Amino acid sequence: MELVNIFIKSAFIENLALAYFLGMCSYLAVSKTVKTAFGLGLAVIFVLGITMPINWIINTHLLGESGIFKTDLTFLRFILFIAVIASMVQLVEMVVEKFSPSLYNSLGIFLPLITVNCAILGGSLFMVSKEYNFSESVAFGLGGGFGWFLAIIAIAAIREKIKYSNVPPALRGLGMAFLLTGLMGLAFMSLMGIDPGSISN
Amino acid sequence: MAETTVKEKKSGLSFGKAERKLLTDPLNDNNPITVQVLGICSALAVTTLLNKAIVMAIAVVFVTAFANLITSLLRTYIPKQVRMIVQLVIIAFLVTVVELTLKAVSYPIYKELSVFIGLIITNCIVMGRLEAFAMANNAYKSFLDGLGNGFGYGIILIMIAAIREFFGKGSLLNFKIIGSGSEYLIDTNTSMLFGWYEPNVLMVLFPSAMFVIGVLIWIQRSWNKKLVDIS
Repeated sequence: MELVNIFIKSAFIENLALAYFLGMCSYLAVSKTVKTAFGLGLAVIFVLGITMPINWIINTHLLGESGIFKTDLTFLRFILFIAVIASMVQLVEMVVEKFSPSLYNSLGIFLPLITVNCAILGGSLFMVSKEYNFSESVAFGLGGGFGWFLAIIAIAAIREKIKYSNVPPALRGLGMAFLLTGLMGLAFMSLMGIDPGSISN
Repeated sequence: MAETTVKEKKSGLSFGKAERKLLTDPLNDNNPITVQVLGICSALAVTTLLNKAIVMAIAVVFVTAFANLITSLLRTYIPKQVRMIVQLVIIAFLVTVVELTLKAVSYPIYKELSVFIGLIITNCIVMGRLEAFAMANNAYKSFLDGLGNGFGYGIILIMIAAIREFFGKGSLLNFKIIGSGSEYLIDTNTSMLFGWYEPNVLMVLFPSAMFVIGVLIWIQRSWNKKLVDIS
């Protein structure tokens, strides 16, 4: 039950994209059509779900004082985390290229950009600061990825529709995307009313 | 080979029109945040208070400038296939330097910025400039480009933070300016003048950052017509 709470909390209440602004670059760049947004969203769920437990293992068993080296190596955290993420993204890229060339072509440059998607590294850093254990970190990773997926699908759908509206020229495209994300953020804020603590009781 | 080195020396450390363009272009026409759409995440998250935004801006200027410099010096030795990992290691090294420095110099601000200092690593500005500029240009030019983009980023960050802190908390740099309450640092006569304002809590919350940046883009584009999105 605790894990379900963490999943729901990280997907809706502490949504990585709409509450912490993580992964905004690719969020704004890839959200022009629902199809590509869907692919990127899935890739993010996958990468977050994999890197989170791996980074948890590295953080507790390699870097901590109770780890293998018995010394505090936390200053290496950034470099190791980003190396894990970069290699995982490389892996996802190869898998997608093999099994879905059309998706690979439509994602284009944005697949390598998942490496620099702050949602992935940010998720790992939040996991460290929140002191989750192993299974909690898996739930947090999957939940965070799912929340990000929902957010990008929603904005892509809205942007597809808004193409037909009469928006002032200077606001067209990017400016409108920002305002829409702000409104979506407001909507997601109302989900803060769900208290995961009260669900379990 | 000899010819290229001579050429590089000639353009060496002079500061002409091209170099000035490297510095000023990112401030408006090619601004990292409002035009290239890079580095949005941190721009939105750290802008609730002006002093946080200033620290963040300084950190990013430092990281972009030196990451560009180092990558440019190493660019002929980096194999193409592993360049991303090499770049990330360079950035991660510089960010670790920033993090440890900040921890030593100002612990409260370090606590407040929390994960967002670490997230400079994945700040797309740094990575984007390395890919687009430093891999193809000499060290001096890359350094200027890094500085320019850092400033372009910082200027927007400081603008957003000033707006959000002023309207959200009625203060600037934690110095109370407008708003109700008795915590004025100015005398009563002027506080009569400014006391009517009730701080708008929405400006401190996250969606407002989006609205502010959206409106900034709107203003910039209605004034700088060539940036308007035609599609």
